[in-house]
Amino acid sequence: MSTETILHGHEVEEAVHSHEEHGQHDHHHEESFLTKYIFSQDHKMIAKQFLITGIIWAIIGGLFSVLFRLQLGYPDQSFPFLEDIFGKWAKGGRISNEFYYALVTMHGTILVFFVLTAGLSGTFANFLIPLQIGARDMASGFLNMLSYWFFFLASVIMFASLFIQTGPAAGGWTIYPPLSALGQASQGSKLGMDFWLISMAMFIVSSLLGGLNYISTILNLRTKGMSMTRMPLTMWAIFFTAVLGVLSFPVLLSGAVLLLFDRNLGTSFFLSEIVVKGEILPNEGGSAILFQHLFWFLGHPEVYIILLPAMGMVSEILSVNSRKPIFGYMAMVGSLFAITILAFLVWAHHMFVTGLNPFLGAFFVLLTLLIAVPSAIKVFNWLTTLWRGNIRFTPGMLFSIGFVSLFISGGLTGIFLGNSTLDIHLHDTYFVVAHFHIVMGVASFFGMFAGVYHWFPKMYSRYLNNTMAYIHFWVTLVGAYLIFWPMHYQGLAGLPRRYTDFSNWQSFNQFADMNRFISTVAMVVFVAQLLFVFNFFYSIFKGRKVKSQNPWGSNTLEWTTPVTPGHGNWPGELPEVHRGAYDYGKDGREFIPQVEPIGANESKH
Amino acid sequence: MSGYLILAILVLAFVVIFQIAKASEYVSVLNGREKTFKQNNRINGFLFIAFLVLGLAAAWWCNDMYFKKTLLAQPAASDHGEKIDFMMMLTIGVTGVVFLLTQILLFWFAFKYQYSDKRKAYFFAHDNRLELLWTVVPAIFLTVLVGFGMFYWFKITGDAPKDSQIVEITGKQFNWMMRYPGKDKVLGRKNYRLTDASSGNALGIDWQDGASHDDIEASEMHLVVNKPVQLVIGAQDVIHDVGLVHFRLKMDAVPGIPTTLWFTPKYTTEQMKKITGNKDFVYEISCDQVCGTGHYSMRGVIIVETQEEYDSWLGSKKAQYVIVKEAAAPVANDSTATVKAPLTSQPLAQLK
Repeated sequence: MSTETILHGHEVEEAVHSHEEHGQHDHHHEESFLTKYIFSQDHKMIAKQFLITGIIWAIIGGLFSVLFRLQLGYPDQSFPFLEDIFGKWAKGGRISNEFYYALVTMHGTILVFFVLTAGLSGTFANFLIPLQIGARDMASGFLNMLSYWFFFLASVIMFASLFIQTGPAAGGWTIYPPLSALGQASQGSKLGMDFWLISMAMFIVSSLLGGLNYISTILNLRTKGMSMTRMPLTMWAIFFTAVLGVLSFPVLLSGAVLLLFDRNLGTSFFLSEIVVKGEILPNEGGSAILFQHLFWFLGHPEVYIILLPAMGMVSEILSVNSRKPIFGYMAMVGSLFAITILAFLVWAHHMFVTGLNPFLGAFFVLLTLLIAVPSAIKVFNWLTTLWRGNIRFTPGMLFSIGFVSLFISGGLTGIFLGNSTLDIHLHDTYFVVAHFHIVMGVASFFGMFAGVYHWFPKMYSRYLNNTMAYIHFWVTLVGAYLIFWPMHYQGLAGLPRRYTDFSNWQSFNQFADMNRFISTVAMVVFVAQLLFVFNFFYSIFKGRKVKSQNPWGSNTLEWTTPVTPGHGNWPGELPEVHRGAYDYGKDGREFIPQVEPIGANESKH
Repeated sequence: MSGYLILAILVLAFVVIFQIAKASEYVSVLNGREKTFKQNNRINGFLFIAFLVLGLAAAWWCNDMYFKKTLLAQPAASDHGEKIDFMMMLTIGVTGVVFLLTQILLFWFAFKYQYSDKRKAYFFAHDNRLELLWTVVPAIFLTVLVGFGMFYWFKITGDAPKDSQIVEITGKQFNWMMRYPGKDKVLGRKNYRLTDASSGNALGIDWQDGASHDDIEASEMHLVVNKPVQLVIGAQDVIHDVGLVHFRLKMDAVPGIPTTLWFTPKYTTEQMKKITGNKDFVYEISCDQVCGTGHYSMRGVIIVETQEEYDSWLGSKKAQYVIVKEAAAPVANDSTATVKAPLTSQPLAQLK
């Protein structure tokens, strides 16, 4: 018996069956390669496009971090291969300062926007919304397609900026003017910055098209019986994410456009009284701080745009694999709502030391720390969901548990930074780096991985390899803590962010060994991610086939579609929903799908 | 060469992992999925509890190694810094308890409630009392933290004492420039359009303003111990940030928008050498806002000294106006000829 038959032998029967089933519905629209894989309007294909583009960006963005960690971890060593690849940017095998700042900036931009916004909510909003609310597709398949292609355009422009002579943007991902407005002040503020701004403008268009689509689909296309309060928490999370994006991204767009004007048309929105390299500029009356307000009015909600979908998916996966209802469904929805509202009211906590009016600052402290309350509710509800469950450690579940751990660790350090008194000391130190990497970087990545492992069978009708998944999880979890836990100590020693070299400082030069350690672990973790990428692409073609329609024993609607759903998702009628998504372990039954009518003797919650 | 070696090892490791992964897939088919699932579940459950124990031990070890290298191991060098250090310890205490509690519960639950044939998951959808409990308790703790935070915040950002020394600090790519107001205790007016480093006016001071004539410029900052100082902070080109780690303070330097910051240094540089046991100790000003390629090297030095030492240092310095005049005098007799007239006037420097 060949290995292929061992793995897939028993499934022939079922595969034929499901093919027949949707064959009846599909044959009337023949799709060409172009309309099926490239300009597809099927939400599932668009989701995969977002995911794979996101994966490619994640490799690039992750690689950049490995490169600048080389500089931080081994400042005295030279790596000739770097010069072979990057030429003048790494003369003598050492990363030049310009290159370092370009790498840091692009690492942030790529991972925040292209991976954790587009790659995460683009993928799962597109994939899950129609499947989980019982719709044939998004409200507008065409806008949905445009949303991907604007993202693609943004990607191309950003990618192109890596290759121009003066390099990509290099003023940090927050691109504060005047640094980002003045070509004289930095190499990275020349053409690369225009590319950055235009790319972001395209990105914002993409995210608005997507977001409006998500909102209208969730509000209008729910199947019969799917009231808002019967929706899985993933749907609520994605809904609030979309609302956040739609209301805050335009503000960043305005900031980006004004900055483009300042750069190219001689306006003075953000510029005033500047002498740069001995040159006296004519601009007066602008405010550099205004940009920071515009930036963080998106920038802070952006953190939740990244985090909320992860929270939603984790809630769903924790519940499914604990075989228990999510604890406090309404409290979970309420806390998502509270976080969404508060997300708009805390942006100035990034600006406590800009000379912000201290009285104004006080309100931002209060509102910022208020976010800890809904966050605490979520954490305790997740813990209670695990309590007395019957837990299956699927790879998705492992990443969900890892997410909760990281969310706690990173969330608690937010209480330090949100308190302006402490922020005076900790602002822009490695404490901040550790904080946001754990809570929004790694935690969201864990949410994303959880989602990929959990819904991969629905996406590709095959499973990811479990062994590789376990290795991936444990290396990543341990590695994440090994990288970012010690960084808090650097922060408590006051080490400023974005320094290429600490050796000239009396106050900051005591961490050479720690930096080497962190850099080494970072490389190992990066390689572990490549293992995931390999697993992902390998399993698309060679993974173990999915035999059952509902492999996780899950209640939600996506598992009532055929193993390989066609365009339109359900052959025949759309399913009707009779209950919430979390009837696990009820009345002695392991799970009760949403499509099952309430029984006569069924107990109330 | 070693690069290729590492690459070869990586590829090999990949192949090995891949083969193991594939083999385990076959084994699970042959052994039965059920059995494999249970085995994997037990392993992962165990790993979670091991991760918790080893993780906490590693955190302890990390603290042991690095605590002494942080600023928490030495006293804050300013009065504000002491308040911030107290807040820090309080916050570490509160969040530390929550951290331990939740992480232990999380991994303990994962281990304890791992799948078993004998257990049925307990149907527990909600409980208003519990939810109220973990809404109210965090809210109370946060109120305490906000309360302390605000109390200190307003103290630190409040008005500087009347008798404060005034020092102006201006950032530009990539160094700091200081200016002292001289005997009149008033900084002379500035106008950025007058900036001209080659003629000795790197700060763009308006010599028309008499108050500027005794202003002293320096590249180091000298402060008097136990005497409050107010920094007047500015920037010429891009945003910088005056970072004073030992005083636990920082404030942005923004072009076009002056900011201020005040504090009282508690120890002289010499005293800090003894306190930290580092004979090379020096108070450093770091730039904490990315400002271009030289950001990491934008270093300034503060010397905190006694009143006598300070006075003798200040006495040895000449006013910048005098320096400029002396340099210009041999060339032109008309002293105002070297000084451009102001294009606009700004009553900026009348700080009390």
